[in-house]
Amino acid sequence: MSTVPKNLRYAKSHEWAQVEGQEATIGISDYAQHELTDVVYVELPEVGDVVRQGESFAIVESVKAASDVLAPVNGTVTAVNEALIDTPELVNESPYGDGWFIRVELSDEDAAAGLMDAAAYAAYLETLA
Amino acid sequence: MTYVPHTAHEREAMLARVGVPDVGSLFSVVPENVRYPQLDLPDPLTEAELMAELRTMAEANADLHHAPCFVGAGAYHRFVPSVVGHMIGRSEFLTAYTPYQPEISQGTLQAIFEYQSMICELTGMEVSNASHYDGATSTAEAVIMAHSATRGRRTKVVLAPGVHPEYRQVVRTYLQGAQFEIVGDERYPDGGPQAQLDALLDLVDDRTACLVLQSPAFTGEILDLTGVAERVQAHGALLVLVCDPISLGMLRTPGAWGADIAVGDGGSLGSPLSYGGPSLGFFACRQADVRRMAGRLVGRAVDADGQRGYVLTLSTREQHIRREKASSNICSNQGLNALAAAVYLAALGQHGLRALSHLVYHRAHHAAAQIDALQGYALASQGPFFQEFVVQCPAPAAAINQRLWDDHGIIGGYDLGRLTPAWERRLLFCVTEMNPVSQIDALVAALQEVAS
Repeated sequence: MSTVPKNLRYAKSHEWAQVEGQEATIGISDYAQHELTDVVYVELPEVGDVVRQGESFAIVESVKAASDVLAPVNGTVTAVNEALIDTPELVNESPYGDGWFIRVELSDEDAAAGLMDAAAYAAYLETLA
Repeated sequence: MTYVPHTAHEREAMLARVGVPDVGSLFSVVPENVRYPQLDLPDPLTEAELMAELRTMAEANADLHHAPCFVGAGAYHRFVPSVVGHMIGRSEFLTAYTPYQPEISQGTLQAIFEYQSMICELTGMEVSNASHYDGATSTAEAVIMAHSATRGRRTKVVLAPGVHPEYRQVVRTYLQGAQFEIVGDERYPDGGPQAQLDALLDLVDDRTACLVLQSPAFTGEILDLTGVAERVQAHGALLVLVCDPISLGMLRTPGAWGADIAVGDGGSLGSPLSYGGPSLGFFACRQADVRRMAGRLVGRAVDADGQRGYVLTLSTREQHIRREKASSNICSNQGLNALAAAVYLAALGQHGLRALSHLVYHRAHHAAAQIDALQGYALASQGPFFQEFVVQCPAPAAAINQRLWDDHGIIGGYDLGRLTPAWERRLLFCVTEMNPVSQIDALVAALQEVAS
């Protein structure tokens, strides 16, 4: 059973966002890392890049697949997790902690609209089982 | 003797199955008057007669076994040790052609791995792919990769006039339809490829994906690239270096110059000229960019029993999974030519390649000095050169070439007037290990006679 922390919000494409004021930290969910299996490479955007909800901002490559990672919010990248370049396995080991992808400054009040809360995401995962 | 493998019984069965009475009725849609035309063919020959006739026809062509050849310009007449033909003709390599199934293709996969390793050593780069079609397509793929490596945001490409003109055409063909701005090669400025470097570097800005240089340049000059990579990379752009593999036996490698991508034509490595092909394009880059590299890549791995094995690797980056995001649709390679290159390089070895490059360098300089001393001719290369040099002639280059052939049976140089009218009297000569001193002497004597 995948972990779904209460304090995060989720997209159907299995990214999470931790919104704090005008900032959000973004990563992929425990379910996503488990489905991908061992992550071997992550391609991240650059600080200053604009990300748009539902559009690709990163690529994650596992021994099984290479997939786009879609932005759950609208915003501008303020930090990227450079540790993932050399230790992509952090995505598997700690998807909600050291395995975060980027931090963004949200573009407007509705930047994170349409995301699920933990209960809704957990229910959504049930439907995929 | 029939070449049709089906028996009469099998044909009957097939015709009955599709419901037609005879083979002829399968062709009923073809108008009757063209269905079985009368062909005005000569009587059949015996095999011996046929071989004699074909040989007579073949010998009507001029060929490089008989005519001294001093044209290079991207395709070089080189000696191919007979071991190359023997090795690449082995049935193990022919039958293991497609390397997708490692369990049955270890021979081919290992050969490609060896090829890649040798290209890395030769170019001083970290990774090489399994090859492209030729030097032109490698160059175009390098430009596309530079665009991708700069996150697809940089669409300006600075192309040196010293890059092979056909390579530049192929780059434009590959990039057509995409919004690229290709600059730098509009003219052939005076002063030569080295003197142009500063102006080209001035064109590199923060919108530039890459600068493409060639050394030795198309006109033969060896470039001093001190500080060039740093200046290009300071703008976040990539340096693409087109190079000649034989010259790397004695010249500084693209890796040592700090190039991001090294490409070139590998035809010189064991492939015969054969009307211009097939050849192969080598392509090498930095480890950090390996996921953006087009084409196949063979890696060394261990199998379930812990034994060494070879396998196509990193294919998730490209054509198999994220196809719509791939920067290239290339998923093949010049397998047989790459194999020939690996055998050729193994046969020559490090010392052999170095000795060959020195031989070629000295022969070319011997020829250049002799021609320069002739009345009416002058060496016009602008800087040190490797195996090709420019000669200013007393008459149009085309006329000189015509007389060299008509009167002396010598294939002359490349007519540089094809690039710009200002060079109408310039020939680009090439000297390789296939031009003994006696041929060079004959060329010098012929040029003297042509001029008088």
